[in-house]
Amino acid sequence: MNMTYREAVRTALREALERDPRVFLMGEDVGKYGGSYAVTLGLLEQFGPDRIRDTPLSELAFVGCGVGAALGGMRPIVEVMTVNFSLLALDQIINNAALLRHMSGGQLSVPLVIRMATGAGRQLAAQHSHSLEGWYAHIPGIRILAPATVQDARGMLWPALQDLNPVLIFEHVLLYNMEGEVDESALATDINRARVQREGKDVTLITYGGMLWKTLAAAQQLAQEGIFAEVIDLRVLRPLDDATIFESVRKCRHAVIIDEGWRSGSLSAEISARIMEQAFYELDAPVSRVCSAEVPIPYPKHLEEAALPQAAQIVATAKAVLGRS
Amino acid sequence: MSAKVTYSREQCLELLRQMLRIRRFEEKCAELYGKQKIRGFLHLYIGEEAVAAGAIPALGAEDALVCTYREHGHAIVRGVPMTALMAEMYGKIEGCSRGRGGSMHIFDAQRRLYGGNAIVGGGIPLAVGLALADRMQGKARVTAVFFGEGAMAEGVFHESLNLAALWQLPVLFFCENNLYAMGTRLDRSESQTELTAKAASFAVPVAKVDGMDVVEVHEAARKAVAYVRERRAPMFVEFQTYRFRAHSMFDPDLYRDKEEVEQWKKRGPLHSFSDRLKAQGLMTEDDFQRLDADVQKELQAAVDYAEAGHWEPVEDLARDVLAQTSTS
Repeated sequence: MNMTYREAVRTALREALERDPRVFLMGEDVGKYGGSYAVTLGLLEQFGPDRIRDTPLSELAFVGCGVGAALGGMRPIVEVMTVNFSLLALDQIINNAALLRHMSGGQLSVPLVIRMATGAGRQLAAQHSHSLEGWYAHIPGIRILAPATVQDARGMLWPALQDLNPVLIFEHVLLYNMEGEVDESALATDINRARVQREGKDVTLITYGGMLWKTLAAAQQLAQEGIFAEVIDLRVLRPLDDATIFESVRKCRHAVIIDEGWRSGSLSAEISARIMEQAFYELDAPVSRVCSAEVPIPYPKHLEEAALPQAAQIVATAKAVLGRS
Repeated sequence: MSAKVTYSREQCLELLRQMLRIRRFEEKCAELYGKQKIRGFLHLYIGEEAVAAGAIPALGAEDALVCTYREHGHAIVRGVPMTALMAEMYGKIEGCSRGRGGSMHIFDAQRRLYGGNAIVGGGIPLAVGLALADRMQGKARVTAVFFGEGAMAEGVFHESLNLAALWQLPVLFFCENNLYAMGTRLDRSESQTELTAKAASFAVPVAKVDGMDVVEVHEAARKAVAYVRERRAPMFVEFQTYRFRAHSMFDPDLYRDKEEVEQWKKRGPLHSFSDRLKAQGLMTEDDFQRLDADVQKELQAAVDYAEAGHWEPVEDLARDVLAQTSTS
């Protein structure tokens, strides 16, 4: 079935609300307004205000309330409007959600799902455009998902709700209008493994989220020049699926990581280090990275584009790694 | 002199016993800290015993409790065995949090004690969520959350009280006002020092209680629990209290007058209640000595238990970072 990414998330939400009475949704403008990205449109009418809860602008309290409700036997889905706003809720996400299980000696589970929009490309300027998911992936005790395809947008929510751990789902803002196919297998989506999105043999391009599509475009362009890139969609940013990464790197012997986050201390840095630690002698060239410029994302289109990784850079970097220019 | 105690002898002795259990436990912790058996931060509740001892018995076993990092007393009154509590202070695997939390992170899921939270105000929205879960599941339970007056300067207090009031959730906000947020006195950090006025601005009922008087505390808590349970709506209670010891074992206590501490000690919850009971003929000195001897016995058993406890194997370090199984 063909649908947009937005419809896929909405369908997944609707299905979860129908299947499990413990599931409810809360966040800013998720009800009457229909969600700031229109993801939750119509859910209030279908499920009522008890299960589709508009919250005050109190990120810290409503995320903490989600943690408490999860402890109390519910399966809350908390929507945070955008990743930059999630910083207001960091204390609850990290000091409570991520730590409670270990700190309590395994007594407590926090089966909470937090969804938020991430990424740039809509000229929303510096306080609505960052990619901080890699930063969250630093934290033990939480699972981080980044659905890049319509299929994953449809499929990842239900298994995330079955997980006894807090799960953060990052939805890239540029993907909401994207159309794609959803098939029956979405109902049994795996949330542990990365996926080889395009097979190749010359260079491994490792990416996730909104960057997947630029990377696939770059791979297409490389193919026209006789370079066959393998593209890995990480899908799960924590815990990372090392096996899929190393298997591909061992085959292609070259790797480029494409990450919309800033380069310093990024997820791309982590992946690069892991490849260096565990597959160094199977590389024919150093690992390279294409990341966002280390600036706050600016408002004007030309500067925003200049700050973000683009397909041309990915192509150029892959060729440089292969010693071809 | 406080009003005449109208409780039965048994009830009075039980309130006194709980305060005594906390006091002796805390004194022992201070001693064990000196011997380096207990490490890290240690925040003692000495002086504030009447609040936990009076308030927590007003809750039922099904109700939930969320506390701060100064929570040994709350755990004791809630019924966490002193053995498991002391083992936790030692960091032993027999501790109520497997030794991983220590003094500031006491958990007991079975007794619905959800911490032990060392971020000021960090437990408050958890309580709101626990109450929301109860409401959505049609359970008639109450969630009580303890926090200090220092937490009322945190945004999360205001956000959480608003949410609880907006959604009419059965949360009891128990503020332990001991006047000092670490070393900063209330009037040095807050423009509005009338805490009930702050809380009342969220359109919730409020009460201000003498937290040095265990009977006053218990009466106020019983009424508050009954209100929240019946009305399914939040309430705020301020207990005015004072800690006799420094903020933590690292604190040289330079920020308050010795005279002030002495004045509050005159109102000490243990001796003032004991004196009243004796004056009313509800307790003799022998009764008190027997009570104390029993508590000392319980405490010694707890220390022995902790001493004999085991360290969690290092191989288990990463256990329970993530749950390995998922369920539906």
